[in-house]
Amino acid sequence: MTVQQSDVLIVGGGLMGSAAAFFLRQRGQSVTLLERDQIGQYASGVNFGNVRRQGRHLGQLELANRSWALWKRLPELIDDDLEFIASGHMRVCYREDEIAELAAYAAAPEARELDLKIYRGRELHERFPFLGPDVKGGSYAPHDGHANPRLAAPAFARAAARAGARIEERTEVSEVQKVGGGFLVSTTDGRQFSAERLLITAGAWGQKLSEQFGEPVPLDTNGPQMAVTEPVPYALPTVIGVYTKIPEEVIYFRQIPRGNIIIGGGYRSKPDMLTRRAQVEPRSILNQIQQMRRLLPGVGNLNIIRVWSGIEGYLPDSLPIMGPSGQVDGLYYAFGFCGHGFQLGPGVGDVMAELIATGSTSTSIEPFSIRRFAGTTAQRSKAS
Amino acid sequence: MKGRFVRLGERERAPVRLLVDGTPIEALQGDTLMVALLTQGPALRQSEFDSGRRAGFCLMGACQDCWVWTRAGERLRACSSEVREGLDILTTQPEAVWPLHG
Amino acid sequence: MATARLNIPSGTAPRVVIVGAGPAGTRCAETLLAAGLVPTLVDENRRDGGQIYRRQPEGFRRDYATLYGSEAHKARALHDSFDRLRPRIDYRPDTLVWNLTPGQLCCVSQGRHFTLDYDALILCTGATDRLMPLEGWQLAGTYSLGGAQIALKAQSVSIGHRVVFMGSGPLLYLVASQYLKAGAQVAAVLDTSPLGKRIAALPKLLARPGLLWTGMKLLAQLCLARVPVHLGIQPVRVLGDAQGGVSLVQVKTAKGDGLDVECDALALGYHLRPETQLADLAGCRLAFDPASSQWLLELDEAGRTSVSGVYAAGDGAKIRGADGAEHAGRLVALALLEDLQQPVNAAELDEQRQALAVMDQFRLGLAQAFPWPSAQAKALPDTAIVCRCEMISAGELRRTVSEKGACEVNRAKAFSRVGMGRCQGRYCSQAGAEVIAAAAGVAVQEVGRQRGQAPVKPLSMLTGEVAP
Repeated sequence: MTVQQSDVLIVGGGLMGSAAAFFLRQRGQSVTLLERDQIGQYASGVNFGNVRRQGRHLGQLELANRSWALWKRLPELIDDDLEFIASGHMRVCYREDEIAELAAYAAAPEARELDLKIYRGRELHERFPFLGPDVKGGSYAPHDGHANPRLAAPAFARAAARAGARIEERTEVSEVQKVGGGFLVSTTDGRQFSAERLLITAGAWGQKLSEQFGEPVPLDTNGPQMAVTEPVPYALPTVIGVYTKIPEEVIYFRQIPRGNIIIGGGYRSKPDMLTRRAQVEPRSILNQIQQMRRLLPGVGNLNIIRVWSGIEGYLPDSLPIMGPSGQVDGLYYAFGFCGHGFQLGPGVGDVMAELIATGSTSTSIEPFSIRRFAGTTAQRSKAS
Repeated sequence: MKGRFVRLGERERAPVRLLVDGTPIEALQGDTLMVALLTQGPALRQSEFDSGRRAGFCLMGACQDCWVWTRAGERLRACSSEVREGLDILTTQPEAVWPLHG
Repeated sequence: MATARLNIPSGTAPRVVIVGAGPAGTRCAETLLAAGLVPTLVDENRRDGGQIYRRQPEGFRRDYATLYGSEAHKARALHDSFDRLRPRIDYRPDTLVWNLTPGQLCCVSQGRHFTLDYDALILCTGATDRLMPLEGWQLAGTYSLGGAQIALKAQSVSIGHRVVFMGSGPLLYLVASQYLKAGAQVAAVLDTSPLGKRIAALPKLLARPGLLWTGMKLLAQLCLARVPVHLGIQPVRVLGDAQGGVSLVQVKTAKGDGLDVECDALALGYHLRPETQLADLAGCRLAFDPASSQWLLELDEAGRTSVSGVYAAGDGAKIRGADGAEHAGRLVALALLEDLQQPVNAAELDEQRQALAVMDQFRLGLAQAFPWPSAQAKALPDTAIVCRCEMISAGELRRTVSEKGACEVNRAKAFSRVGMGRCQGRYCSQAGAEVIAAAAGVAVQEVGRQRGQAPVKPLSMLTGEVAP
């Protein structure tokens, strides 16, 4: 049995893995990517599609900015625009005191590039006349927008393949071993792959592998609750999200040029990790209907025609695992993006490629280090 | 074409008056909204993604092709809605007016 | 199948919910009632009867013979049975089951959402027409065969001034001749199944000689009225314009000649496809049925699905027609009673089982005589629309296979949008699967089937909740 060799092995074909494969090829690294099912089938393909920087952990904005610069260049990079529209993002709130919180974020030095503008009262309702009267204020990010998540990881993987990456779908990893100066990965169909460096981008299954290398993390899984309406004339270019401390109120929507309004948030469901499927709970749909009527009163005249969910990985501090292993040389991670990884995708791929190829990256990713979970006992992950 | 559907019988039913795109029409009690509109005109709505008009397809509430609008913005599935006196139906989607002023 | 015994707390009456008040649901409710159970019967329509035995609205005067022809006595018997059991069951008309979780249905009626708990769920959700697209079928004036029949039966209208009937299956001749009898203008009957297939299937079709005879009578009626009837045709395209809709149907005859038929309406259909969305949401397994070339619920003989407590009967389970649905409805009720450890008449069980076995032979004969025209999918020009809701062409769908490697239905849907529209793939997904399979060079079962998602039908964002 010949062992397929490459400079870098990537386990997990979501957006992070596919983007990393692409950018590693740009840096002349040979790459093999192994995906158990189909590229982008899980979190990458089912999320809301927000290409959003505002609202992120301030320590994540540097990464988000780097990613944003790549989003703008996608057609030239991967020959696909992923239906990205920088149509603006508005984070709205229902309570006066929350406006100050939004303003504080907007004033933070890390957020300067976002050009955030605070709206309130009459100015808000004049600029965004479709919002409900309960909306008191909001923070507008003119450069943020949205794209089509179903297309993203597959487009990056195809671009990586065109550039010479080896992309293996329906290829399940059975064993990963550190062997000498590198890694040997065996798959259930009897093949073997080796590389000096290994990148784990296995999303909600990332911790299964990190645990093998002595770095368990408390990763939990959730199913996003997504719904979509029938198409109506395109009139709402701004992506809207609610800023609130009340979980059921946290909903967001975006209208695509075809006219459908995509809705997410409110509740989450628990995925079935055996069947690898997640459901949208009826109470989620009913809650979204109720919340949407408050946020966008005109929506009451529309029908929901479809719902979907998927599997996302979460860490308790709402930050991903990203960076080199704290235990093993040549091992790297980028997984567990807590339902907010979509906008970061191109940036994560670019940063990980830089890190893996050169040994360091110019973008700060220290807050995401896996080492932050080292030493904490009883790290039983809730993901199977 | 004036009407697409052709009445073959059952004409002895009470009249029901409604508006379609601002024009008053007369249907019969027991007509579905679809029959009311299509016995007087060629179509129910505008297709979203091409220039074609649509006139329903399955008549059993499965295809979802026959949804029409009322002037107030209500959605009605024409094949499974009974015609009612005073309905004000539009066969072209009202402009996306997201009501909020005042 | 799933473990048969249902554990109901002793002393409590089991909560049985039947979805669908057609022939299967009606006979099921009747059988349960006779055994002392009081089921809840939910139906999306305002009136009982399902599709074939759809009741005309109040105020219509046509008699049963006019409405149901040779099946008039069956329709009368069914409706009378329902009228008798209606006050004795918990009947919820005008109610859509839009979703469910184990043990609980999510229902909406007149804009109000409410839940219904169940210990046993019997899905009698029926079927829709099965469609194969052809170029131009999105033009106004194209209807399903079943739709054409409903127009006549339930509203006493013809779908057009000059109607072409095209496709395959017993419904084709039935609806055409019903139109003829009612005084509508039938421009032509264009049957895609060749005579040869019909003859080959004869042994199985003879399992229901009565129905076979009726079929031949219908054909004779049409020929007598000088309606052009062509067998073994190949659909080519529908022509018309964006405003006026259909004006011409073009086909190739069995001999290979071009044939144009002027019309303003086309009734199209290739037999039936089962409505399995609720069963899918309940987690029931489906399997590919080679005889009819479509995915059907995995069921035991009596109608038990792979999920304990969930049963199915009628055309939503297996396409065996209205008579089969009545037997299946009775049989599934008996199966449920068995699972509830209630006494069941063994002779009655046997009788229903045997009746269904005969229907099965006929079903196989029908599938043979009127095959699903999968080859038409491969032959669709790139410009032909596959998904009417989203206006996606065969070419766009093929490109997701060739350019994006999408060799599976749900994947291809994610890339192409086929199946993302309001009809949720009811009228495009099967043909879409054939297009994908042909483009990928694999058998159609290899590309899978569209996953059922909630809501089962579009759910209004005005939907509010009521306290139970």
